[in-house]
Amino acid sequence: MKTIFELPASDDVRGVFPEAEGTLDEMGVAEGLLRRTPPRIPSVSEPTLVRHYTALSKANFGVDDGLYPLGSCTMKYNPKLNEAVAALPGFARVHPKAHPALAQGTLHFLHGLQGLLSGVAGLPDVSLQPVAGAHGELTGLFLFKKYFESRGESERRRILLPDSAHGTNPASAALAGFTVAEIPSDDRGMVDVDGLRAALDETVAGIMLTVPNTLGIFEERILEITDAVHEAGGLCYFDGANLNAFLGRARPGDMGADVFHFNLHKTMSTPHGGGGPGSGPIAASERLVEFLPVPRIVKQNGAFDLLWDAPHTIGAVHSFYGNVLVALKAYAYLLQLGDAGLREVSENAVLNANYLQTRLKETFDLPYDGLCKHEFVLSAAGLPNEISALDVAKGLIDRGFHPPTVYFPLIVREALMIEPTETEGKASLDRFVEAMEAIAEEADRNPEGLREAPRSAPVRRLDQTRAAREPVLTFPFDEPST
Amino acid sequence: MRYIPNTSADRREMLDRVGLDSVDALFADVPQAVRERFHPLGLEPQSELDVAEHASRLAAENQAASMTSFAGGGIYDHYVPSAVWNLASRSEFVTAYTPYQPEISQGTLVAMFEFQTLIAELTGMEVANASLYDGATALAEAALMAERIRKRGRVAVARSLLPHLRRVLQTYAWGAGITLHEVPYDASGRCDLAGVPEDVSGLILQSPNAFGVIESLEGVKDRIGDALLIVSAYPISLGLLEPPGSFDADVVVGEGQSLGLPMAYGGPLLGLFATREAHLRQIPGRIAGQTVDANGETGYVMAAQTREQHIRRNRATSNICTNSALCALAATIYLSSVGAEGLRTVAELCASKAHALAERIRRIDGFELPFDGPFFNEFVVRTPEDPEQVRTRLANAGFLVESSGELASLGVNRSLRLAVTERRTEDEIDRLIDVLGGGS
Repeated sequence: MKTIFELPASDDVRGVFPEAEGTLDEMGVAEGLLRRTPPRIPSVSEPTLVRHYTALSKANFGVDDGLYPLGSCTMKYNPKLNEAVAALPGFARVHPKAHPALAQGTLHFLHGLQGLLSGVAGLPDVSLQPVAGAHGELTGLFLFKKYFESRGESERRRILLPDSAHGTNPASAALAGFTVAEIPSDDRGMVDVDGLRAALDETVAGIMLTVPNTLGIFEERILEITDAVHEAGGLCYFDGANLNAFLGRARPGDMGADVFHFNLHKTMSTPHGGGGPGSGPIAASERLVEFLPVPRIVKQNGAFDLLWDAPHTIGAVHSFYGNVLVALKAYAYLLQLGDAGLREVSENAVLNANYLQTRLKETFDLPYDGLCKHEFVLSAAGLPNEISALDVAKGLIDRGFHPPTVYFPLIVREALMIEPTETEGKASLDRFVEAMEAIAEEADRNPEGLREAPRSAPVRRLDQTRAAREPVLTFPFDEPST
Repeated sequence: MRYIPNTSADRREMLDRVGLDSVDALFADVPQAVRERFHPLGLEPQSELDVAEHASRLAAENQAASMTSFAGGGIYDHYVPSAVWNLASRSEFVTAYTPYQPEISQGTLVAMFEFQTLIAELTGMEVANASLYDGATALAEAALMAERIRKRGRVAVARSLLPHLRRVLQTYAWGAGITLHEVPYDASGRCDLAGVPEDVSGLILQSPNAFGVIESLEGVKDRIGDALLIVSAYPISLGLLEPPGSFDADVVVGEGQSLGLPMAYGGPLLGLFATREAHLRQIPGRIAGQTVDANGETGYVMAAQTREQHIRRNRATSNICTNSALCALAATIYLSSVGAEGLRTVAELCASKAHALAERIRRIDGFELPFDGPFFNEFVVRTPEDPEQVRTRLANAGFLVESSGELASLGVNRSLRLAVTERRTEDEIDRLIDVLGGGS
């Protein structure tokens, strides 16, 4: 792969802007402040530029290219309407410090989305400020911290986590000033409720749960879990990565959640953009609403406004009001779906997952068997000739599929975490099953070939170790090119 | 629903295969008490046409969108070359996830590597990450990094920092148990370094700062011992001004919106984060690195992942996962499209137009410029009457100016802040002067 720095330079790339008139002195910028060496930004002609980034796009695989069963990431189809509304100049050209009276259209949908998300969560209020799932986690844990400060219970410093938790959970807890303690899963992959009770004491601030959990299993004893935590004086955080499993059928607020974060870039179809921008709004229970970030978006006397006056707020977690254009896409999506659409989403997401699980467990190990929700986790450990989950992943690339999430959750060896989403049809799932079966056969018949996959991708298998050991993180301008 | 390909026949066949007799049986594991408490939204599905029309009507209600913007304070009305979003909107970029499978994510990974290189070049630093959420969280992460390295429990911060950056910094510092020590500004509008205490993990400056004034970075590093110098910079200004890296800054952060992103009422934005190689293991967020494939060909992967949450969990340098990848791609295309020369031209246009406007306002009776420090494209004007009246008068004439409240919160009374970009025309500037009472 070539970078833009390696393409032929042009000697005249002016013309995007008119030339500035006058000397710098006349412009009023003193000589001593001026840049002595220009930055090494490439000068390429527009055709060269366009071909380069078009070529790069073709070296990427997106949901529009095919099945993308990346577990825990809900890679569903992203309706084209989302992009169309977000591109409207009336939304794009609003300065964030414009008076709220001049931004009523944007405040209207932000306020509307807050209401819809509050309804989906079954919790009284929502802040749209967090811009990613992990940002929502951090914000939610800030609410926990502020809550305990306000009650004079700052000794509650411990956050409990199941051993199947996403890595962002412990990282967010640490960033918010908490320590973390793991609680083991039982042999069915669920929280060990007795183990949990034993861990609960006056140092526990709360628990972080993912529902359904990262094995795709719904915690059957969820109400017992949240009751136990509440009785012990703790709070319950719900990671919303897996909301797609119960949209339109159940609400975290009804399960005992004090904070629930959404991943609008997963569940609500705003695309993921290769790693953001996302949006991670949080919904809060009654006792935590007063601590939500400012400004709050409110409707007063028929007009939308920003409310800064909230004496117990944690403060702000984003420059302004969160990822506004991402929120707009989620708003458009929810309006199109309505209640009926939300039910169809979870119905098809869960049916697709169970269908794939049923078919694939004939060929692959399924460590936690039973009804799954929107995703399930296979193990590649049983494949012959020491074929690994990574080999299976790379084999799928050669068959035209994006691989599942591999090596997560950590409690499954050689994990392959598969989430088909509702936007795949049966025909597509059947093709995926055939590909997986063919890979299992290749593991037996031609393991060396599989270890050399992928062959059809823009590059062959990449050396991760070398990248870690000898980091090259910027273009080596000063080295002779080879 | 048209986003769902399964037919009812498919569904029946699949349920049979799974061995269930109804869709409801798929949800039998959700406790009945939870299912019974469920309430729908009361929302009827709408057609694409209806939603599109509704969105257009809302867009038309944003009066700010059709006003001529002299608002700034970290977000600016810059021109975006046509190629930027034409390319960045390609669905292979837009609909991909984080590049966990590098062999089919080379597009995203190469762009990340290019972005890191360009940001390092622009800021004069050695390494940059692949983006953070926005300029405010990038600054907060820099403060946390300084604290991880020096561990003194205290970070000094210039009062001349934009309040929206300060607010987020404050929240993160509270979360981490770090005390912030405020350093006042002097009559020129620059940070008064005499106010920096000893024993801090870092000093945070912004340049140009909340008054538009360019901070004097020369010699700052010598005056703060081994505390980390953190500078929040405006990337467009770095096309013209000497970058913080040349003054030994340890971390340069910034808001990347000006590099090809719409203002969009403040989101999505783009957090820039660059530092020295010595601090590589402490950097928050994703980083792409160069490597080779099985055939020895150059390729790109996510590097230095042992810092990150999915490996290090509660000992990670940050919790960040999803960041601002698509915005970073747009910024990469923006910079590659204008080149170093074009970037300098934009910066010159901004600076020259802003200085011309400032000079004309200064000549109007009753108006003055309270700070004499050098500025780039933004400056503070003291108004002869209540600044909110002036702002309203400007708004009625179609000019968008920020409210005076933010400056007042920084101790600068009776003042407005004006920002000028390359998009402002001579005619617009003439009319603005007219409204301010400076017409000839």
